[in-house]
Amino acid sequence: MGKRKEMPLGGVILEAGSAETYSTGGWRKLKPVLDKDKCTNCLICWVMCPDSAIIVEDGKMVGFDMEHCKGCGICATECPDKIKAIKMVEEEAA
Amino acid sequence: MATVPSTKVQVGLTGNSAVALAMKQIDPDVCPAYPITPSTGVMEEFSSYVADGKVTTELITAESEHSAMSACIGASAAGVRVMTATSSQGLALMHEMLYIASGLRLPMVMAVVNRALSAPINIHCDHSDSMASRDAGWIQIYSETVQEAYDNLFQAVRISEHSKVLTPAMVCLDGFITSHAVEGLTLLDDSEVKQFIGEFKPPHPLLDVEKPVTLGAMTLPDTYIEFKHDQSLAIARAKDVVAEVGEEFDRLTGRVYGLFEEYMLDGADVVIVVMSSAAGTTKVAVDELRKKGKRAGLLRPRLFRPFPYKEIAEALKGAKAVCVLDRVDSMSGFGGPLFNEVRSALYDLEKGPRTIGRIFGLGGRDYKVEDALGVFEELFKIADGGKVESVVEYLAY
Ligand code: SF4
Ligand code: SF4
Repeated sequence: MGKRKEMPLGGVILEAGSAETYSTGGWRKLKPVLDKDKCTNCLICWVMCPDSAIIVEDGKMVGFDMEHCKGCGICATECPDKIKAIKMVEEEAA
Repeated sequence: MATVPSTKVQVGLTGNSAVALAMKQIDPDVCPAYPITPSTGVMEEFSSYVADGKVTTELITAESEHSAMSACIGASAAGVRVMTATSSQGLALMHEMLYIASGLRLPMVMAVVNRALSAPINIHCDHSDSMASRDAGWIQIYSETVQEAYDNLFQAVRISEHSKVLTPAMVCLDGFITSHAVEGLTLLDDSEVKQFIGEFKPPHPLLDVEKPVTLGAMTLPDTYIEFKHDQSLAIARAKDVVAEVGEEFDRLTGRVYGLFEEYMLDGADVVIVVMSSAAGTTKVAVDELRKKGKRAGLLRPRLFRPFPYKEIAEALKGAKAVCVLDRVDSMSGFGGPLFNEVRSALYDLEKGPRTIGRIFGLGGRDYKVEDALGVFEELFKIADGGKVESVVEYLAY
């Protein structure tokens, strides 16, 4: 058996925040598209996104981190019914 | 043998009381538990020690064994010393979590008071419970007597927490036969225990907020096999650690513990291999035969996980016929697990013994001296060139 990678004991992750280095963006089939005119910056999408892929600047929703957005559509579903500022669209069609 | 032991307190205790006392002397930081016959006495007595302020342990009375083992995992991950006890269905209910404890490489020690598994329901001794967990990545040490169960717990703490091992360990003793029988034993002083077990130094404690870590992260096909391979190498390394810790314990107490016990094995033509309390009964049969000049012997495995296959083969290579007794059936149609592993270990010997397997004692059925003598009689026939009537079989009951 050849030399293999040294692995941390029991799969422990020693570096905080290392999930950032793992690109989940490649999993995406549908991508979220924001309609800035409709958005009220309530930030419900920011709270609900499982991959911390909603980018917020100065308290405002400004877009998506496409390196980590996996296209789950939770943000589109959770955006309040009266607003519906996010649409999920096919990757290629976008 | 070492210098005169400094320990001298002799008492009579049941196996469960001795386990509870060992736990008191170890004084683990956390003990999550859910009682089940026949190990109930362990937690009953240990919880008295907690209530009386005799230990500093935080006792967590969980709502099931699955939860108890989950709490053990959380506490060990946090970086403290953890112990618990269970039996039978309780161990079966822990099954899922056993793999998580071992896969995360979390040291802890669990006393397993061996009991049959349902159905049919039965509260008495056999090894169905711990043998069903034999591939869960835990070290398994089997105890013949109350003294040994008591002594094994201290050693298990050291083995499990050893930096080369970092793997959880079970100390098994026979339900009722050992757990509820009063036997004489020699105790260690509290100070000797403290010195022997030392401090637990967790490699990556979750509670170290200066060095945040994540445990239990997902691994994909590009890394899972590496972790499992590392785990496999670690439990294999435990074999030498068990021997080293046993020698150190011998120097402290004068009581000898190896990977297995050899009883009248020198020049033995026929050998019974059996674990736990049944070995005591077998020794009586060996003595009777030796008195008549018949060359019978016993090999009693103490360490079953990891399995010391080389050493066992070496110890049995001079025998002509061997019978491995399993107090459990693998339901494979090919005997029990101990039989299969011993026979496999002997396969590479150039002129190894003929090896048969017999299943005995399920659900607490008695195993008597005449049963052992019957096995030896069959082995002598095989050793004399007789035919092996059946490789695997239930011992007549
Ligand atoms: S689609 Fe899913 S992952 Fe992408 S931004 Fe929306 S909630 Fe986050
Ligand atoms: S949930 Fe909808 S409205 Fe609220 S911030 Fe997100 S996109 Fe804008």
